[in-house]
Amino acid sequence: MMRTHIKSWDNLIFQAVVNGFLLTILIAITIPIWRVFMMSITPLSWKDNGTFGLWIPPWQWSFEAYRELFKHPAFAQATYNSAIITLGGTLISIVLTTALAYVLSNPKLPGRKAMMMFILVPFLFQAGLIPTYMVVQKLGLVNNLFAIMLPGAIGVTNTFVMKGFFEGLPEELEEAARLDGANDLQVLWHVILPLSKPILLTISLFYAVALWNEFFSPILYLNDNKLMPLPVLLRNILLAANINEYIESDAFSNAPIQAFKAASVFITMLPMVAIYPWIQRYFTKGTLLGGVKE
Amino acid sequence: MKEIIVRQAVPRNASRLVEMKQHISPVLKTMVKYRWLYLMAVPPLAYFVIFHYLPLWNAQIAFKNFKPLLGVWQSPWIGFQHFITFFKSFYFTQLISNTVIISMLKLVFGIPLAIVLALALYETSFKRFQVLVQTSAYLPHFLSWVIMLGVLLMMLSPADGLINAVIKSMGGKPIAFLTSPDWFRTVVVFSDIWKETGWATILYLAALMGIDTTLYEAAQVDGANRLQRIWHISLPGIMPVIVILTMLRLGHILNAGFNQIFVLYSLPVYSVGDIIDTWVYRSGILDFQLSLATAVGLFKGVIGLVLILVANRVAKKVAGSTLY
Repeated sequence: MMRTHIKSWDNLIFQAVVNGFLLTILIAITIPIWRVFMMSITPLSWKDNGTFGLWIPPWQWSFEAYRELFKHPAFAQATYNSAIITLGGTLISIVLTTALAYVLSNPKLPGRKAMMMFILVPFLFQAGLIPTYMVVQKLGLVNNLFAIMLPGAIGVTNTFVMKGFFEGLPEELEEAARLDGANDLQVLWHVILPLSKPILLTISLFYAVALWNEFFSPILYLNDNKLMPLPVLLRNILLAANINEYIESDAFSNAPIQAFKAASVFITMLPMVAIYPWIQRYFTKGTLLGGVKE
Repeated sequence: MKEIIVRQAVPRNASRLVEMKQHISPVLKTMVKYRWLYLMAVPPLAYFVIFHYLPLWNAQIAFKNFKPLLGVWQSPWIGFQHFITFFKSFYFTQLISNTVIISMLKLVFGIPLAIVLALALYETSFKRFQVLVQTSAYLPHFLSWVIMLGVLLMMLSPADGLINAVIKSMGGKPIAFLTSPDWFRTVVVFSDIWKETGWATILYLAALMGIDTTLYEAAQVDGANRLQRIWHISLPGIMPVIVILTMLRLGHILNAGFNQIFVLYSLPVYSVGDIIDTWVYRSGILDFQLSLATAVGLFKGVIGLVLILVANRVAKKVAGSTLY
């Protein structure tokens, strides 16, 4: 990136405008998240002091809402469900995607073109929500966590990103292994995969983030409250006029309702924020590799 | 070798069989040679059959009067009746216009802001500040729309949302942003921009980094100021990326953001916020009009396919590269 000294008035004004704009963006991004955090630690006795709830002195922060939420069985259950969906789904997705990408990355394989067409057709033309719903229902996956993990298991863009990575690996290593008598499976396991850790991690993160955030397919396919993942629980808490449905009434004595709602938002956000440094690094790379990726 | 011996040993009319054998054996040989790859391809291809091709098969109920007891195949054909019902219904115009308007608003406001933000990030002299803004601006991309609903409620709710608190303190009346037809689209567009603009800068920034820095130096020698350099070097430099991304968005114009609308909308704002996807969900899953909903979904799929192919062609012509 080009760096010139701020030497003239012209440049000074330019830098002031540029950085002023960036500061505005930074504030616009931060305020809503800060606001959620502040609401989540609002003590029951809090009287607004004219800061619009944007400032509560640290010594008055109350973590009662978090404490009550962590104690609640529905919350523990939902966290468990989300963890199963995210870990299981990522595992299924990465195994299937890797297998497909490896197969497609072999240029000599007869039938490769046909397979490409086979996966590109549904990528360009989707049957839509209802026909897919009918398949999942027919398979008996309603009220089964596999209904969340399986229907979207292979992402076509992810497959092509991975295929591109495999194709970029030096061929000599593969050939050396083949001379030693290794078959395709052994080449993949002993040569390709150890070299592909960055891309495996990147694609796994893509899948994991999407699965952790998934809330529509659980609403669609799971009616049993016991199977509800975190985002669905969060949605129910946010939309509940009366939070008693989720938090036992005696919990109220310790924190205002809004604090419960805000704390639920923050807790659901937390794992994402915790792994964010990795996500950011790998997602940026993956996005650039994939060219265009939502 | 073996086959030659066989040919010598058997009578003439059996030679055709041998020819067939010779013809088959290369195929078999390939199958054996690539057996691990073909085996490995089975589970992923089975996935595509089950979760993509079976739905395509099921999609025929768009042309049938689907009766669950009869099944997909046995249900009686009725031609284009569901499509005609859809085209003639009052919600047809409403759904199409809501979908297109919301998509277009997101595009028209979102893309220029992302470009400006990318330029600002590129131009700032403070490296640390640049990283800080980037890191913060990317974060919302990873939050689900349910979390966004929480954030928006804390900002916009008439009872205790921040914006309404400010309005009230200035003596105004609180506004029910999320349930008011006058405000709903604004909320949808702005929240989408808030969530995705930072992330959208990545590809523009990468394109900016790719511009030859000697061009800037030459322009500086020629006496071009900062703005002129942006206008004459930076923008033309990233124009292919801008064209491709804009084309991609136009190709997906019928995807107005199902997850977002599904989380944010409610009955009072259906008139301005109900899009094709949300309608398909309600009529198909909640009202059990499976055939009609499938027909509408199929209609969207066909138009979407045409749009993406056209967008791809335009991108190829203008920017010299394709989306896929």
